Amino acid sequence: MKLNSVLNPGRFLLALFAVLLSATAQARLNIEITQGMEGAMPIAVVPFGWQGDGAPVQDIAAIIGADLARSGQFAPMGSEAMPQRPTDGANVNFNLWRAKDIDSLVVGRLERRDGRYQVWFQLFDTVRGVQLAGYTLQVTEKQLRQTAHQIADIIYQRLTGQRGAFDTHIAYVTVENLEAGQRRFRLAVADADGHNEQIILSSGQPLLSPVWAPDGRRLAYVSFEGGRSMVYVQDVLNGQREKVAEFPGINSAPAFSPNGQYLALSLSRDGNPEIYVLELLSKRLVRVTYSYGIDTEPVWAADGRSLYFTSDRGGRPQIYRVAIEQDGRPVGTPSRLTFEGAYNASPALSPDGKRLAMVQGEGNRFRIAVLDLDTNALRVLTDTRLDESPTFAPNGVMVLYATEVAGRGVLEAVSVDGRARQRLGTSTGDVREPTWSPFSTQQEQ
Amino acid sequence: MNYKTLMALALSSLLLVACSSTSERPGGVQIEDRDVIGGAAGQGDGVQAGSAQFGGEFGAEALTDPDSPLAKRVIYFAFDSSEVTPEGRDLIALHARYLSQNPGINVVLEGHADERGSREYNLGLGERRAKAVEQLMSLQGVAARQMQTISFGEERPVAFGHDESAWQLNRRVELLYSGY
Repeated sequence: MKLNSVLNPGRFLLALFAVLLSATAQARLNIEITQGMEGAMPIAVVPFGWQGDGAPVQDIAAIIGADLARSGQFAPMGSEAMPQRPTDGANVNFNLWRAKDIDSLVVGRLERRDGRYQVWFQLFDTVRGVQLAGYTLQVTEKQLRQTAHQIADIIYQRLTGQRGAFDTHIAYVTVENLEAGQRRFRLAVADADGHNEQIILSSGQPLLSPVWAPDGRRLAYVSFEGGRSMVYVQDVLNGQREKVAEFPGINSAPAFSPNGQYLALSLSRDGNPEIYVLELLSKRLVRVTYSYGIDTEPVWAADGRSLYFTSDRGGRPQIYRVAIEQDGRPVGTPSRLTFEGAYNASPALSPDGKRLAMVQGEGNRFRIAVLDLDTNALRVLTDTRLDESPTFAPNGVMVLYATEVAGRGVLEAVSVDGRARQRLGTSTGDVREPTWSPFSTQQEQ
Repeated sequence: MNYKTLMALALSSLLLVACSSTSERPGGVQIEDRDVIGGAAGQGDGVQAGSAQFGGEFGAEALTDPDSPLAKRVIYFAFDSSEVTPEGRDLIALHARYLSQNPGINVVLEGHADERGSREYNLGLGERRAKAVEQLMSLQGVAARQMQTISFGEERPVAFGHDESAWQLNRRVELLYSGY
């Protein structure tokens, strides 16, 4: 643990510290698959063979199987039902697996050699009796979990045609209630499966709206440590942080441009919340919107030439889009995109730019909905009642969001077709404000 | 929110503020009101003699006396609304009178929202509520420099439940007097 910065004493005297990501790993998020998918593809991931002293440090097959199951697209076979347990393709009897209706089979083994690990794996199509993929990987002990996620990504891509997002990260905020009404807010980074949680910021004041930079290395977020909302950018790897917006009024809702050089955000410095674009290097600020309403939650289009945002200029919050120049200067006037539902907020754009996830409110229910931007078809994906903060997986297949279950804040992930669902929660306190990293993550440890 | 009403309020409050562009603290130190826009500001003969007031009609213990009407310092709102209720108006009028009689006392107007919907939108909503209170206070003679608005959105609930009984307590503006 490294003490990174102790902040100025202000109205709220607090010590705030950032911890290097290399701090001791601890898994605190538990994953529970709450809704499986009918017609999920049967697959068997045979327990990996092991050559080395003692027990293997990671159960590679279990990690791969859990990844595939979480996607909702695969139904991995339990190891007790397996007709054989080959650790090499040469020993596979395809007839045995076909008889069990297993079309896809993964076998592999792990060996420790001179302090490093060698991982072999092969993916077979049992119907045709052919190998679809086969790799040998050399890694360190610390990289074994990540290697298992990378193998799951290869299998997923080979069998679905879509890129896997198992070897990515999520960031989120946890809240613990302490004695005397005090609360502890933590900004955490974890593997996409909730393992390997590491705290990168801890504060006695609220933290919200973390968002990844496209480099997968920096996070922007809002912190109230100075007594009101201000926007910070923090390097996840070395813990260094910079306050980038402390204008009078609200400083909030940061979003990195696709090239990582600009930050869109919501500031009320001119009287009420408006969208601005801040060039991070020069700190040059460009105002994008002009309305009497609340304009907030900007998100960038993939080409960086338009912003989606929430505005109640029409009375209630709805999603709007405005075209912009590269530096944020608006082109034309914003147009409204959502007309279904009394309340639509917190837009998140799918990586292919074709879908917009949002929070839709009807009466006392706030649920996650996805709008197809081509057809304008809107689909409600959840049936919980206090959903917030949707964020797409970088391959666009799942939407991760925050909700409340039995009085506690938890994260849930739902497939964009609404068929598969899982829950990530802690044993104590609340989890909220999830954000899923891009693919180009640089957090190798 | 009715923006025409809001604008009318804003304009009339500007006129009011402009009429009292300079004000004196109890000690007689002249403070120029930086927020004034309009003709009255910065005129040459800005020096005014004034009498010191401590507490005015409310008495010196007004802010520490739990039985004082000023002990009530929370204004509540309806869902997704920043419209001040009649009860809220009465409470604001009381505090506005106290503040205008005690120009040396400052207040922070802290806006809050319930947990439903977007956290970021609720941050804006909390600010809008705080500004609605500020606007009414200003209209009733409280100097802009005496007031500061902050929004915490839904981040600082006073009630932690997930139903209307908790939500109605969290949709609020708190009046925080510095030092009290």
